[in-house]
Amino acid sequence: MWNGDYQFLLRNLIVKDFKIRYRNMSLGVFWSLINPLIMMGVLAFVFARIFRADSIPHYALYILCGILPFNFLTMAWVSGTSSLLDNAGLIKRVPVPREIVPIASVLSNCLHLLIQIGLLLTFVVLFGVGVNVEWFWLPFLWGLAIMLVCGMSLITSGLNIYMRDTRYVVESVNTVLFWLIPVFYPLSMVPAQYRNIYMYNPVAVLVEALRYVLLKAEAPPANMVLRLTVFSFGALIVGLVSFNRLKARFYDYL
Amino acid sequence: MNIITLDNVSKVFRLKADRKLLRDHIADRFRDRAANDFYALKNVSFQVSQHESVAIVGANGAGKSTLLSLVVGLTKPDAGRIEVEGRVAALLELGSGFHPDLTGMENIFLNAALLGYGEKQVRNVLGQIIEFAEIGEFIHEPLRSYSSGMIVRLAFSVAVHVDPAILIIDEVLAVGDAAFQEKCRQRIDSLRAEGRTLLCVSHVAGAVREICERAIWLDHGELIMDGPSQEVITAYTDYMNDPHKGLPARTASPAPKVRVMRPGSAKRRATGHSA
Repeated sequence: MWNGDYQFLLRNLIVKDFKIRYRNMSLGVFWSLINPLIMMGVLAFVFARIFRADSIPHYALYILCGILPFNFLTMAWVSGTSSLLDNAGLIKRVPVPREIVPIASVLSNCLHLLIQIGLLLTFVVLFGVGVNVEWFWLPFLWGLAIMLVCGMSLITSGLNIYMRDTRYVVESVNTVLFWLIPVFYPLSMVPAQYRNIYMYNPVAVLVEALRYVLLKAEAPPANMVLRLTVFSFGALIVGLVSFNRLKARFYDYL
Repeated sequence: MNIITLDNVSKVFRLKADRKLLRDHIADRFRDRAANDFYALKNVSFQVSQHESVAIVGANGAGKSTLLSLVVGLTKPDAGRIEVEGRVAALLELGSGFHPDLTGMENIFLNAALLGYGEKQVRNVLGQIIEFAEIGEFIHEPLRSYSSGMIVRLAFSVAVHVDPAILIIDEVLAVGDAAFQEKCRQRIDSLRAEGRTLLCVSHVAGAVREICERAIWLDHGELIMDGPSQEVITAYTDYMNDPHKGLPARTASPAPKVRVMRPGSAKRRATGHSA
């Protein structure tokens, strides 16, 4: 079986994904900056100027705090889901460990994410509460987010081989998710009886936890950190176990 | 030492295997599966030892590619046992694992990593890979600007330089001009002298007769004949020219008929190599 340099292969696959995505674009990685800024501008205009919901301080920043994790999770999840099909040539021809393909696909979105986090932090320093000691929470929170989306991608990429509709299910879930996580409205506006349900959505928990750190300069509540940890580790474990079961017949179905 | 061992290996494919609809998956739970099964390989047994170069011949659909995919470890047999020792470098398809948007250089790294090589090891042989492939300054151009001959040369060059214990070649040697084919043959010979094993597949019998000393003939998933390539390929071409003569008599038992080539010289060379 394959027992080569796992880390070197992972690095090469990530670089491949990244280069392919940006090589033929004139603006290249600048798209990672432009895209969330446009979204932020539109949402801020619609909800602050048209709906007059500008009671939240630093409203544009508030939106950006929601858009970044949402963008990262959905984009990484979709690309992770279709990664096995996109790399069918590899799966059918090279005996590499299969799970490396969706994981590399998710991780190749991380450079993207890193640039966007840089943008977010710059905005926080310029217009918000500034640098503070709670920022030490950020690598931990983002790390959990990456783990979460790796786990989800392992589940859906495996399923996608057997049922090609899976990709569209994921895309539909993402569309719905945009409205069901507090991107442009505060959690406190959600009626109390639904708020508990929100706390079972790991993306909503992540967004709220990030806002504690970045907008209030407070540590996220222990309850949220615990939930996010459980969700992320849970997703990764379920992902690895289910992927292991599904991978045996990938070759026959591709 | 046996480096590849197949023991009564069978591989079953379900007809309609490319279905991907939910209702088929559900219907499958209630249906009698055996009705849709067909054997891509049926009770195939043989062993290959170090130094050997084995050709697998057979008509389209005989199970050659399935056999290779099992040896490479891409899929698992439904029955029987396969053991393979050492790194397998497989040229299963023109530039598999290559990406057209990456440059030749980037593809070398990607491909070597896919074959299990580490970064230092790649850098050590990088010069040799580029030189052998005869790509020249095109190495920094994206692969989509390459001719198919250039891609095959690059793919072959990577595969033979990553120190494979087993080299698997599937039809690809037919591409490339005569000079390069000769160069490949020399490289294959020197790899074999170093104790590497070669497995190649072709439906063009003549091409493999020169490279391989042993041949295995598959027909409809079953092993028909296993022996010196001269004999097997003569029998195979005779049968292909006139199928009415029928298949040659097989050994009645499914037990493999194995011929280990030059066991004495193999051993000597192996010890000479390690010394």
